Amino acid sequence: MKLHVSHITKTYGNRMILNDCSYVFDKTGTYVLMGSNGCGKSTFLRICALLEPQDNGELAYFDNGTSLAQDITLRRRLTLVLPRTGVFNTTVDKNVAYGLKIRGLDHAVIERKVIAALDFVGLGPKAGQHARTLSSGETQRLGIARALVLEPEVLFLDEPTASIDEENTGIIESIIGTMSKEGRSKIIMTTHDRDQANRVGDVQLVMKNGRIENQDLK
Amino acid sequence: MDSILSGFIRAFQLIFHLNAELFGIILLSLKVSGLALVIATILGLPLGSMLGLKRFPGRDLAISAVNTLMGLPPVVVGLFVYLILSRKGILGFLGLLYSPSAMIIAQSILALPIVTALCHSAIVNVDPLIRLASRTLGATPRQETLAIFHEARYGIISAIVAAFGRVMAEVGAILIVGGNIAGYTRVMTTTIALETDKGNFELALALGIILLLLSFMVNALLHKVQRKGMVSSQ
Repeated sequence: MKLHVSHITKTYGNRMILNDCSYVFDKTGTYVLMGSNGCGKSTFLRICALLEPQDNGELAYFDNGTSLAQDITLRRRLTLVLPRTGVFNTTVDKNVAYGLKIRGLDHAVIERKVIAALDFVGLGPKAGQHARTLSSGETQRLGIARALVLEPEVLFLDEPTASIDEENTGIIESIIGTMSKEGRSKIIMTTHDRDQANRVGDVQLVMKNGRIENQDLK
Repeated sequence: MDSILSGFIRAFQLIFHLNAELFGIILLSLKVSGLALVIATILGLPLGSMLGLKRFPGRDLAISAVNTLMGLPPVVVGLFVYLILSRKGILGFLGLLYSPSAMIIAQSILALPIVTALCHSAIVNVDPLIRLASRTLGATPRQETLAIFHEARYGIISAIVAAFGRVMAEVGAILIVGGNIAGYTRVMTTTIALETDKGNFELALALGIILLLLSFMVNALLHKVQRKGMVSSQ
């Protein structure tokens, strides 16, 4: 699936966050978007994930050359992991099962997929634990498991390692690396950390003045 | 002192001998308050949800009004319902005054602001990230709302239990609109008031003990629900 972003603008109050922002995400692998705080990275991801509308400009998803309708079907092929995971007030496994349940999947299929996703992020032994008792690093991994269990074609990760320890950062980077290698999803993530961008990014982008200004192919 | 002690002994005798009059009164109390609670929940849950989830002009005023109505004096509600249901009132033609239906209406009015205000409070206290998180995982707007309800479930249950506690212990409104007719509209609280006036303490005490037990059970349930909600949100 390809994503074309053309001349997008977004303003909150008097502040223009995205200003004539364009880019074509047509490669597989991991795109890393860098930029200072408040430069519009998160807004850009939310718009691309169809969670909020842009003010102007166009956003189009293409599959085998066909433009896709921006409806719930397309939205369910994309997933965004938030910087602060909104954890449901229940157990770890039920958190991961949520997205599958609302898609009406069979109970046995859900159970199998949840176990696989939790094992993939190293939370298998904590499946039955209450999700709000996890550490912040584990919570972030739960957010990733909750997203990847849905097998999205495009996975957006908004600052996936912000404010978590080195060990969990390493685990998350390795999860991203494995997913990228296996070609499970096109990954578009934001980070502040240039070293991390070098470690996990196939394509590095910089957002400045509300635009994706330059790109640096690895 | 002896009369109080003998009153207690006879009260326990009434309870343990399953006195028909006593249990008839308890059953009617539970029926009236239970149905009032069902009505208040059917109306209050959507109202509280609307106040919690929607943004509309006058919302703040509506929230303040509902919070104020939580402290409605029962006698005022009783008077209001009496005037509406009395022969000259706008619903007088229904002939509901001095019937269990009139008591259910009065208690529903008392319970409605409690259910509405506490449900609203439970819903607005849900982490705003829950709605966004469910959307990122592919939820439709209806599924997002259900996710919020699920998060607010302990608060909503607490609201319903708290309203039940309030109407069960209420006496002013139902006395005015029910009339305390033996075998028809006589419930626990009104019987206690009447029998105390008559100096017939054993029935009043027996009902008082049961009312206290019920109140204790409601509060224990409320505490358990709130505790569960607190533990799971840690």
